[in-house]
Amino acid sequence: MIPELGHFALILALAVALVQGTLPLIGASRGDLRLMALGRTAALTQAFLVLVSFGALTQAYVTSDFSVLNVVDNSHSAKPMLYKISGVWGNHEGSMLLWALILALFGAAVAVFGANLPDTLRSRVLAIQALIGVGFLAFLLFTSNPFARVYPAPPDGNGLNPLLQDPGLAFHPPLLYLGYVGYSVTYAFAVAALLEGRVDAAWARWVRPWALAAWCFLTLGIALGSWWAYYILGWGGFWFWDPVENASLMPWLVGTALLHSAIVVEKRDALKSWTVLLALLAFSLSLLGTFLVRSGVLTSVHAFAQDPSRGMFILAFLLFVTGGGLALYAWRAPQLQGGGLFQPVSREGALILNNLLLCTLAVTVLLGTLYPLFLDLLTGNKVSVGPPFFNATFVPLCAPLFAALCVGPFLGWKRAELGPALMRLRLALVVSLAAALFAMTMIDSRSTLAALAFGFGVWLILGSLASLTDRFRSGTLRTIPRSTLGMVISHASLGLVVLGSVATSSWSTEVMQTMKPGDRIAFAGYSVVLDRIEEVRGPNYIAERATLNVSVGGKPYTVLQPERRLFTVQRRQVAETAIQTNLLRDFYATLGEGDPKQGWVIRLYLNPLAPWIWLGAALCALGGFVSLSDRRLRIGAPSRRPSSLQPAE
Amino acid sequence: MRRLLFILPLLTLALMAGFFAWSLTSGRDPASIGSVMVGRPAPKLDLPALRPGEAPLTDADLRTGKPVIVNFFASWCTPCLAEHPLFTRLREREGATIVGIAWKNKRDDALPWLKRLGDPFKLAGFDLDGKTGLDWGLSGVPETYLIDGTGIVRRHYRGPITERDLNETILPFLKGAVK
Repeated sequence: MIPELGHFALILALAVALVQGTLPLIGASRGDLRLMALGRTAALTQAFLVLVSFGALTQAYVTSDFSVLNVVDNSHSAKPMLYKISGVWGNHEGSMLLWALILALFGAAVAVFGANLPDTLRSRVLAIQALIGVGFLAFLLFTSNPFARVYPAPPDGNGLNPLLQDPGLAFHPPLLYLGYVGYSVTYAFAVAALLEGRVDAAWARWVRPWALAAWCFLTLGIALGSWWAYYILGWGGFWFWDPVENASLMPWLVGTALLHSAIVVEKRDALKSWTVLLALLAFSLSLLGTFLVRSGVLTSVHAFAQDPSRGMFILAFLLFVTGGGLALYAWRAPQLQGGGLFQPVSREGALILNNLLLCTLAVTVLLGTLYPLFLDLLTGNKVSVGPPFFNATFVPLCAPLFAALCVGPFLGWKRAELGPALMRLRLALVVSLAAALFAMTMIDSRSTLAALAFGFGVWLILGSLASLTDRFRSGTLRTIPRSTLGMVISHASLGLVVLGSVATSSWSTEVMQTMKPGDRIAFAGYSVVLDRIEEVRGPNYIAERATLNVSVGGKPYTVLQPERRLFTVQRRQVAETAIQTNLLRDFYATLGEGDPKQGWVIRLYLNPLAPWIWLGAALCALGGFVSLSDRRLRIGAPSRRPSSLQPAE
Repeated sequence: MRRLLFILPLLTLALMAGFFAWSLTSGRDPASIGSVMVGRPAPKLDLPALRPGEAPLTDADLRTGKPVIVNFFASWCTPCLAEHPLFTRLREREGATIVGIAWKNKRDDALPWLKRLGDPFKLAGFDLDGKTGLDWGLSGVPETYLIDGTGIVRRHYRGPITERDLNETILPFLKGAVK
């Protein structure tokens, strides 16, 4: 009964979305206030209905209702509760429902927080948002119904892919979708602006919080995915340039560019058509990522819907959304008049450089991801584009971006001088050069590139913090605007990410050894003894667990217990690494195949600064949230601030 | 000219979408590893017969002027079980010439297996040490090769053949439609 209610709610949501996607648009063009007001009501109703539908599916999972096909295929009664719940979105149908839910919730958020938007703009944004929703709801109902029943109901389910049974991965999809889908709002704002033929400072002020929120979630989602790859795949790496990782990186890069170019629109009334294009592209690339992952045109760990008919649907939808947006752009954007003029060396100039580099990076990733597909189709040759390509193209492009990143905030609008800006950064410059030199001579003389990148990491941290020194001296640190503080945090934490990635990928130590209980190996100054291998039972798996006693100079230091879990329902093995961290480095151990006669394969890694990668990414997103907390005060109240600055009369 | 710049994103999208539509409809399997055997003469074949009392299997059996299907199988292989009825159907309804090769499989296991499930093979070879499989570029069983009358490999299927393979490539091949 409850699954049918969920199904029914989904159908109703589609009907509501159709109303929300059409009538307010008509209302906006005719100036009919009643039709426009319908947009808000419809957005809230649609969100409620999709929420009911999502709740119904969750209920089926929580109670292990095996009369629902989706639950049979992706759940099992012996699974811990957390993974019963995360199983809801650990499959194609459920994850699309989560996507539709987040989309509807964003629509409702625009309806609630957009109270002070002009009526026409708000109704157009809500209508565009609803039209996107129509696509996803129709996709769910016609090709991927999560509520399909199975009769007779089997006694138990097939279980969730064991690789996904992990706390990190339970929250990775929702965060990522909050990011992807968040860009639907900026897309809707861009289309609405093109329809209205007006892009101005007020528009940029309304768009920026949404772009920022989407960006924060996407950052967290990507970081969580990378963290999961680091500790569950057991290869010691954290980024593999897998098509799916790339699919999430592209909207992130374009979204970051959007975040910066919108500032120029807001402050200087320039870069309008460019910013609108970025807003369209950020969401289009999110959809492209979905298409690549769900259609089966590329192979990847995430490809769970290898169904050409679904692929065609998503492609048609992608074409409709992106093509519609870009056609409107080709038609209306040339009429957008740019405002402020500026010199190449200026804040605007720096932000344009930032945009050019970020977009070039995005194109690089796009080419690297799609090239194997194109080549296969055109010539039948199979190639895979991996780290060597990206190391040769992506990494060098980061250098000018990082170099300019710290200088930009010191440049004034319209026209600026490079000299004084660099003078204020001289300390950061000297220290980071010293750091690069130190890395080259003391850590590893072979890789000049790694040493340079290390210097860039230090530069990013010190150069970003340098903008606080004046405020620190004058004692006005406490009155710093939250948006500035957020920027400093995000920029500096990017430095942490760079330091962590460089150190881990260039200076880690590893050893692989076959060991029997009682064996001892010396590794990077530690002495490691395999104490025992034992069998342990989890709720839905049986594991072999190794106990490694680590000591330094004869004194016990730590105990590591890596496992190999055999999930009994799926008959799949998953490595569970053991990681001991002191925030400066990770001691990382994995247990491989083995038996009492031959011994077990043990791999040990020492990854310097590895925790900084995810610490940095989390701080980066935190910076975004800090900035957002400032903006929230200003959303929809653009006139309040200038008037409060008027001298009292 | 400036106008063209604004149309550029749309054109790029159209180009990409065209590619994607093509890749979706081409029936390409991104996970397939391809085969170097296709388009070349079938590798050497010189195997003892699986069924007692029959003549050994030789190259001449693949160059009879008629299309031949070569299937590597083993009684211990579960996917082989899945594709077996399709071979039976090919034999009974289409009269196809199918050569079966028991790969890394003892006679005592392979023969009862064929007896139990039905034997669709006109000729059957016996590759106990798997050396012939090595020559044929086998990565496991089951694998199936379509060989034309002159002994050239025209198709190579890794894994069990499916109903779709049967309808889309194997049957047209037997009728001479696929080169």
